[in-house]
Amino acid sequence: MTSELIPVSQSKPGLGWLKPWAPVIGGLLALVLSSILIILSGANPLEAYQVLVLGAFGGSRQITETILKATPLLLIALGLTIAFRARVWNIGAEGQYHIGALLGSIVALTLPNLPALLLIPLMLLAGIVGGLLWSGLAGLLHLKRGVNLIICTLMLNYIGILMVQYAARVPFRDPDGFLPESAKFVDAAQIPRLFSSRLHLGVLVALALVGVVYVLLWRSPLGFRLRAVGAKISVAHSLGINTSQHILTALLLSGALAGLAGVIEVSYTYTRLKQGISDGYGFTAILVALLGQMNPVGVLVSAVLFSGLVVGAQTLNVSLQIPAAVAGVLQALLVLGVLAGQAISQRDN
Amino acid sequence: MTEPGQFPLAIEMQDITKRFPGVIANQDVNFSVRPGEIHALLGENGAGKTTLMNILCGLYTAEEGEVFLDGVPVRFHTPHEAIAAGIGMVHQHFMLVEPFTVAENIILGQATGVLREPRQTLHQRLMALADQYGLSLKPEAKIWELSVGEQQRVEILKALYRQAKILILDEPTAVLTPQETEGLITILRRLAAQGTTIIFISHKLKEILAVCDRVTVLRDGKTVGTSDVANCDTHSLAEMMVGREVNLQRPDRTPLPTTPQEPRLHLEGISALGNHQVPALRDIALSVYPGEILGVAGVDGNGQRELEEVIMGLRTPTQGTIHRDGAIAHIPSDRYSMGLISDFTVTENLLMRDIDQPPFNVRGLLHPTKMAAHAAHLVQQFTIRTPSVKTRSGKLSGGNAQKVVVARELSQGHAIILAAQPTRGLDIGAMEFVHGQLMAQRDAGAAILLISTELEEVLRLSDRIAVLYEGRVVGVVRAENADVKQLGLWMAGKSAEGDRQRSAASGAVPSEGAVS
Ligand SMILES: Nc1ncnc2c1ncn2[C@@H]1O[C@H](COP(=O)(O)OP(=O)(O)OP(=O)(O)O)[C@@H](O)[C@H]1O
Ligand SMILES: [Mg+2]
Repeated sequence: MTSELIPVSQSKPGLGWLKPWAPVIGGLLALVLSSILIILSGANPLEAYQVLVLGAFGGSRQITETILKATPLLLIALGLTIAFRARVWNIGAEGQYHIGALLGSIVALTLPNLPALLLIPLMLLAGIVGGLLWSGLAGLLHLKRGVNLIICTLMLNYIGILMVQYAARVPFRDPDGFLPESAKFVDAAQIPRLFSSRLHLGVLVALALVGVVYVLLWRSPLGFRLRAVGAKISVAHSLGINTSQHILTALLLSGALAGLAGVIEVSYTYTRLKQGISDGYGFTAILVALLGQMNPVGVLVSAVLFSGLVVGAQTLNVSLQIPAAVAGVLQALLVLGVLAGQAISQRDN
Repeated sequence: MTEPGQFPLAIEMQDITKRFPGVIANQDVNFSVRPGEIHALLGENGAGKTTLMNILCGLYTAEEGEVFLDGVPVRFHTPHEAIAAGIGMVHQHFMLVEPFTVAENIILGQATGVLREPRQTLHQRLMALADQYGLSLKPEAKIWELSVGEQQRVEILKALYRQAKILILDEPTAVLTPQETEGLITILRRLAAQGTTIIFISHKLKEILAVCDRVTVLRDGKTVGTSDVANCDTHSLAEMMVGREVNLQRPDRTPLPTTPQEPRLHLEGISALGNHQVPALRDIALSVYPGEILGVAGVDGNGQRELEEVIMGLRTPTQGTIHRDGAIAHIPSDRYSMGLISDFTVTENLLMRDIDQPPFNVRGLLHPTKMAAHAAHLVQQFTIRTPSVKTRSGKLSGGNAQKVVVARELSQGHAIILAAQPTRGLDIGAMEFVHGQLMAQRDAGAAILLISTELEEVLRLSDRIAVLYEGRVVGVVRAENADVKQLGLWMAGKSAEGDRQRSAASGAVPSEGAVS
């Protein structure tokens, strides 16, 4: 019987070797899809992509701008990396960022006579405390009252944003100004620049934190336990790890970094308390963390890419009249494409 | 590979090769099964049995080699294609949706019939099918209400409902009680008699001898050979499998100390509720002394899981006290929910309990090279088959995953060891080794509580044996005096006097302070 059988082709022409490249393919696919939109808005996609890249990385001015915008994203996303590794879905970084900015601003506005050497550390500390408070509040609601963590962190975002608006309009409003915002901070409250560039000390802090978070997650017992809680909470619990305490820790650490990002931004970029002190950093950072595979170095890369996309999109709008929304769609498609690719590349066959 | 006889083989797998990063799971494997036979697949942990079957049922694709069904070449790329060709697989981890009913689980994933057929007729059809093969099942029962054995019958029924002509069972008896195993064997015989071809993976040689027609042995991913079970005994099977004699006799033991001792682990009047708020433990009193193994026998589901959780502090008793004198090592009965993090590396899993201690923790930071070196040492000592210590534990074969947990817990040198189903899924060589380790720890003075549904294991290792029935300790005896028949009666709920009155069950327990 077996003798008359024709063997099926020996080496199958599988696509298996492509698998590790799935994220790249996903990204390219996103670019192709976006091209359609660009064509529909009357521009040449290749030209558009070129403008985009040059707008983000084409010169030292562009690169500086990209780095400045990447800094808050990186800080927040590093914190979220810790949280997400522990499977703590903190989507309240935007609120934690705002409360951090608020407390830092209060320090700057109420202690204007302190020397910079004291004022800046005090502001940074206040920002961190703000982030801790706001994330800790969510943590207590979750752990003590059983409220879903996604819901509490999400809701506290709106309260945090509105609290900043209120503070800028009522108690801290500059009585001499026309706009609903506080007076400009004293010069001593501005985070020092690096040499003569437009970059500031916060950039270095964020870069250093890439290493710190890496060591925390992969070289420290705390990080080990946080990852264990995230990877399989029932096993972590069985092995005697206090899971609630670690969930709270992950939340607090991510809140602290978001608060730090908030105070750095008001101190350097806005130099006053007002409405609109965030470009949605707290939300974008969620994508940055996921796209960076919750790995500090990956997060650094994805923060720079994201920021570049935003910065480059502005020139896209100016020089090719492509609506800014198209850049938003491009961002979203890229994230989807790359994340879908990552999922495929990690699947067993 | 031509077979005698005119009929085409039900399955013929020729020169199958499948690689994973760092391992060749199957290398030029040849495997053929005649129609209507029960064919055993035997081999050490990590030999490649599950991989070979996953290829047959379309979960994996082989890199090389061919598969023939009834003499026709086939190549499956998805499980759906395999199901369509009449191949059903009951995986070791059931793939059932807990809140759904039996009937819903069976029709789940089938393109047709869900909405067309009224519930009533579907249930009737399922009942008829179940009766035909002697699978007693209630189609309207929810999965979470079922015992492990019943869930397994759901999986079998699911395969039969999809008209499987070939049924693959991967270590089906690892989680079954002896009674349930008996039931499964009857079902398999009936299925085979009605023409179903069955592939049966097991580490229990006696089962293979009892049920199977032929056996194929794999070692290190290669075929050792196929023989008629009629020509085999446990020795020859063990020899083919591990290449040496395996000794699973009751080991010699140093006698227990005669001077009175304080128990290391002491439970008094412990009662606790189970997951669905029904009483699971009732007034348990147990003491484990240094240098002894107290075996807890009983049919699974009589409070074993709850007893384990109460001792580990994972479940709060409603009554009673627990004294633990010293740190406790824990080999959990369910390695995937209590013991092993699949996404963590072998090193991380092996050293999970050591991260706060030198030399792995130097001034607050982990020392990766020292951790890896220690892990490599344990991997060698416990013969854990893994491409490297950096491999994610989820990639290990079932038995090797179990060895990771056992190695971690037994390397602690703790004063108390709670070993629940410690050898579940292990091959006989590994079982012999783990038994040896437990004996060594006993001789070194550890107090060991062994919870096992394998009566043989309890008999082999224990100094004293307690029997658990419906959450009560029905009896305790010294192992030398244990009578298998008596234990069987206790396990079936007959109290020491042999009557079933409740008062007898709690009052007539032989005295607990047997060590004095
Ligand atoms: N998805 C996978 N990725 C990587 N390696 C794998 C994967 N599945 C199996 N392996 C490797 O292939 C080898 C064979 O594994 P397999 O599960 O087939 O063994 P087994 O004979 O079923 O063993 P056991 O008796 O322990 O269940 C092992 O070394 C295992 O680590
Ligand atoms: Mg297996």
